[in-house]
Amino acid sequence: MSPGFDAVVVGAGIVGAACADELAHRGMRVAIVDRDVVGSGATAAGMGHIVVMDDSEAQFVLTRYSQQLWQALRPSLPRDVEYEQCGTIWVGADEEEMAEVRRKQKYYVARGLPAEVIDAKALKQLEPNLRDGMTGGLLIPEDGVLYPPCAARFLVERAQQRGAKLILGTSATQIGEGRVALSDGTELRAEVLVNAAGSWSGELTPGIEVKKRKGHLLITDRYPGFLRHQLVELGYLKSAHLVSGDSVAFNVQPRQTGQVLIGSSRQYGAEQKNVEHNILARMLQRAQEYMPGLGALSTVRTWTGFRAATPDKLPLIGPACHDKSVFLATGHEGLGITTSLATAKILVNQIMGVPSEISIAPYLPSRAPKEKVHA
Amino acid sequence: MSREEERHFDVLVIGGGPAGIAAAVRAAECGVQVGIVDDNATLGGQIWRGSLENGPAPDALHWLRSLQKLGVTELSGMRIFDQPDTGIVRAEGFEGSCELRYRYLMVATGARERFLPFPGWTLPNVMGAGGLQAMVKAGLPIRGRRVVVAGTGPLLLAVAAYLHEHGAEIPIVCEQASWGSLARFSAALLAHPGKIGQGIKLKRQLGRVPFVPGSWPVAAHGRERLESVEILRHGRREMIPCDYLACGFHLVPNIEFPSLLGCKIQGGYVQVDEFQRTTVDGVFCAGEPTGIGGLELSLIEGQIAGLTAAGAAASARKLFGSRNKAVSFSRMMDRTFQLRTELRTLPSAETIVCRCEDVAYSRLQGHTSWRAAKLHTRCGMGPCQGRICGPATQFLFQWQPDSVRPPTFPVRVESLASVTEHRGASALQQ
Amino acid sequence: MPDQVTLTVNGTSVSVPAGATVAVAVAIARQACRKSVTGEPRGPLCGMGICFECRVAINGRAHSRSCQILCEPGMEVSIDE
Repeated sequence: MSPGFDAVVVGAGIVGAACADELAHRGMRVAIVDRDVVGSGATAAGMGHIVVMDDSEAQFVLTRYSQQLWQALRPSLPRDVEYEQCGTIWVGADEEEMAEVRRKQKYYVARGLPAEVIDAKALKQLEPNLRDGMTGGLLIPEDGVLYPPCAARFLVERAQQRGAKLILGTSATQIGEGRVALSDGTELRAEVLVNAAGSWSGELTPGIEVKKRKGHLLITDRYPGFLRHQLVELGYLKSAHLVSGDSVAFNVQPRQTGQVLIGSSRQYGAEQKNVEHNILARMLQRAQEYMPGLGALSTVRTWTGFRAATPDKLPLIGPACHDKSVFLATGHEGLGITTSLATAKILVNQIMGVPSEISIAPYLPSRAPKEKVHA
Repeated sequence: MSREEERHFDVLVIGGGPAGIAAAVRAAECGVQVGIVDDNATLGGQIWRGSLENGPAPDALHWLRSLQKLGVTELSGMRIFDQPDTGIVRAEGFEGSCELRYRYLMVATGARERFLPFPGWTLPNVMGAGGLQAMVKAGLPIRGRRVVVAGTGPLLLAVAAYLHEHGAEIPIVCEQASWGSLARFSAALLAHPGKIGQGIKLKRQLGRVPFVPGSWPVAAHGRERLESVEILRHGRREMIPCDYLACGFHLVPNIEFPSLLGCKIQGGYVQVDEFQRTTVDGVFCAGEPTGIGGLELSLIEGQIAGLTAAGAAASARKLFGSRNKAVSFSRMMDRTFQLRTELRTLPSAETIVCRCEDVAYSRLQGHTSWRAAKLHTRCGMGPCQGRICGPATQFLFQWQPDSVRPPTFPVRVESLASVTEHRGASALQQ
Repeated sequence: MPDQVTLTVNGTSVSVPAGATVAVAVAIARQACRKSVTGEPRGPLCGMGICFECRVAINGRAHSRSCQILCEPGMEVSIDE
């Protein structure tokens, strides 16, 4: 029989790590299980941005709250987490997009998030490698980037310092009714089971609508100073918003190493890990349209990852519908890094029966589906 | 070369070393359209690398002339980095990239040296054995310079002899294999009289240069560059002042591209049948990626592959006998030059293992896999894509390498962005 | 007697035989090719375009593998920092 735990977290990605850290912080005895290594799923593949998004009010609230939690955590983060508050610039390419820039600015400022409209000239000064002819953009100075696998590892280690047990290299085959069955034949028992298995969470908790959304990325060699801020095209939201089909959108990020990380792409129904040449090429062509100088940079590697996507583009944070012992912390799509800390806070508050700083209703697994999607 | 240029070949050879050249010549002799691609400025690969002084390697001359006479298309200075679809590979040159279409593909990507970390190995002027030889062939002045040669494998003697002939002073050649292993190797050479002749020639070229089995480097010293090498010899440490250290630990096959193609890899080598066919339809493999076997075996395998692809399987069959002989020699080499376990103790805690990202040995200990180490320390995330630190960590920690993704070499972003639209089922959505 | 090619390495003029690689020119100029990510001096290791330790900027193009590039007259070579 396994030693006593109050909670078992399945998944040591950024969300599972944050939950385990918060649970341990609140005095619970925690076990964390992952079939691979810490931070190896979407956490390893993603862009590591901490970005406030406004696709919906609920998305804004969660991302802003979590961004502030990251800022508070920043002094404790070790160097290899590579936290940089480089800011985001939402880039406008025409007048219609500038109108959207102004709308966003009003929206953010009204909610206390610093946001500055910058004109074409200022944009060129801030980011000389953007092509000529951009109309301007929106600068969000409090956004940042970090290196997710090391951030996940930091959170897990903090949990371990408070007695959490990390079990790697074995999968959870079943979770429910206070038990997690493991592939090595053993089982863990706890009153609280957290499904933080990302794009595989639907395999463990049947009926939840979490689908894999494949993304491609490319990282270059070191070119310090080529890029200073995270840059996103305004069409990014259109791409993330789509509920079917393949799309690409311009999204680049400077790493602390001076490497440039190039994204982004989204595909539904693509479940193989292989790098797909046509999608990659489209993504890179889109990136070159915004930053022609990218073409000459040396590529070190490309890879893919699977985001955990839900039909209404909000994560599932709260008790599962069918089993009192199971809690969900999954479905974060492209915002897992950003919202991991807030997810942990509001999830553990629910587990302990105390209120949260933000409304938890929009993220409850039991929420009424706003849009049913059949991909 | 324009960006979207395409070329069509019946047989496309990747790698311009002996195996590739032999395959190209035999295929072209059968009348098919052949192309050969290599990333160096001139053909020859490593063992047939031409030198500034003397031009192409003498052994290679008649093969290279045949290539030209037969009208084989030579694509030098081009690096194959991806296969976007069956029958097409992409290549990048100094300017531009292109697509190369083929019916049969010959993978003859050769091998690279294995490097093992030890304190000071990152100092300038510590190079591979083949590495220093390549630099000298490319014009590096070596006359009167002191060079310690160390590591393991037949390459050491060949390099020492070459450098000696060009006026370098060689205080010592340190071979980590024991006297016993080498004695067994020499006895077994009786079955390969040609090799004995080569060995005697090398010995004569080396003259009085001390060749010391059972010895290896334990540290390289110097401030801005190498100044001396510390070796371990019969349990005693010796400091040898020198200008260069030519140090390599035998060879590692370049299997990255065939892995990307989906060829089955067995025990670290590309699996081939008797006609040098891999498990992927239309893809052949010859030379070092199928097993480190040296020049003769590469030439035979290349010919078998080239003849078979061009439809002359019966002629290919005639070479099976000589191949078997050459293979047994290569197996002997493997056994003789196995790395001793003491070499695992060479790195100190601060010794850099991943040179691209400056990851020290102590940071890698405790990780259970290559992937975990890569994610958490950046080891292997640099531009060498793990080609230097991968074999080293495989030896040090028994880690297995990761799967291969395109590009198999760093290429410009624009080379990956230019994938032609008209091909394949996955049409671009606009 | 081979032709000589003159190029600059970090501003210093270097003359090499035609057909020599840029890595050789850098070595003749007594320079290390690059500084590692923690600032150590580095030079060519593998000599065959794999290790990337021979990287320099050639005519402004960063991360060029100098061991595989032939010297051309007037080339401007500078160390990758």
